[in-house]
Amino acid sequence: MLELLLAIGVAGLATLASRMLPFLALRRFQGHPLLRFLGEQLPAAIMTILVLFALRRLRPLGPELTLNMTAEGVPLLLAALVVAGLHLWRGNVLLSIAAGTALYMALVQNLPA
Amino acid sequence: MAFSLAPWRQAALLTSPVMLGYVPLGIAFGVVCVQMGYPWWVAPLMSVAVYSGAGQFLLLSLLAAQASLTEIAVASFLLGSRHLFYGLSLLERFSGAGKRKPYLIYALTDETYSLLTSHPDAEQAAMAFRVSLLNQLWWLTGSVLGALLGSALPFDSAGMEFALTALFIVLTIEMMRSVRQARPFVVGLLCAGAAIYYLPAQHVLLVAIGGACLVLLADYARQRRAP
Repeated sequence: MLELLLAIGVAGLATLASRMLPFLALRRFQGHPLLRFLGEQLPAAIMTILVLFALRRLRPLGPELTLNMTAEGVPLLLAALVVAGLHLWRGNVLLSIAAGTALYMALVQNLPA
Repeated sequence: MAFSLAPWRQAALLTSPVMLGYVPLGIAFGVVCVQMGYPWWVAPLMSVAVYSGAGQFLLLSLLAAQASLTEIAVASFLLGSRHLFYGLSLLERFSGAGKRKPYLIYALTDETYSLLTSHPDAEQAAMAFRVSLLNQLWWLTGSVLGALLGSALPFDSAGMEFALTALFIVLTIEMMRSVRQARPFVVGLLCAGAAIYYLPAQHVLLVAIGGACLVLLADYARQRRAP
């Protein structure tokens, strides 16, 4: 339990630091091209990494090119594609997340035993 | 000055699209948190101590991967690094916010930033404060509801953790729309791919994010040298 509270505290302080730093330290560098470059590019790279990390156990194909129908196989791939497709099409954050999650839950809860 | 409800009503109206996103996503967060075996109060505690949707889901996956405190600190800070640039663009606006400034800085999420920078009404510090506070209230309400629902479990919530994956996919697509360059996405893709292939799960994020940072910095230096 102490470890959990420590972890929450550390994550909270680190997040707060990222929000406070520009107000404390970066005033002088406002408008510096390196900051503008990183501000645009780094979050994009990090978000991409988070997507891959979340999908790291994805294995749509089983042995000998059969379809893997477990929670980390076809259902995960389908749900991820639905989220991306819906979001590219409609651009509604809530709709994309809700539809993809509902589909994934339905697929995972109705897997053949 | 007497307390007036009217500006709060206006703030509630301004934040209503965020409410529609924060309450369900907060519920999903609370449910996943309880499913992972944590007591109900952990979700609201995180929603106050960390208060970042992506940051809190990241914390859950780092805890599940048994990451060290150092890794949690670095990964949370780097994930939050986008806030650096939010702050930079609000430096001047917040300088006149007085006693409300600390809260405005602490509560600066992606969604709050987009409201504060896209509505002329929210330019005034008092209204910015109301908008920020209501947004956190929506998020907190969702996480409490989810944690309580999750422990009462009136429905089978297996698979709900996919909401996190969906959130990251959606945020990446939003960034593709605003950045309009392939490079940072390709860099992220390659760094993540290599780290996932070669490393155990608990080190993947830190190494991949650090690597992407270095590649982008090198790229910046190369561009500056080029004529």
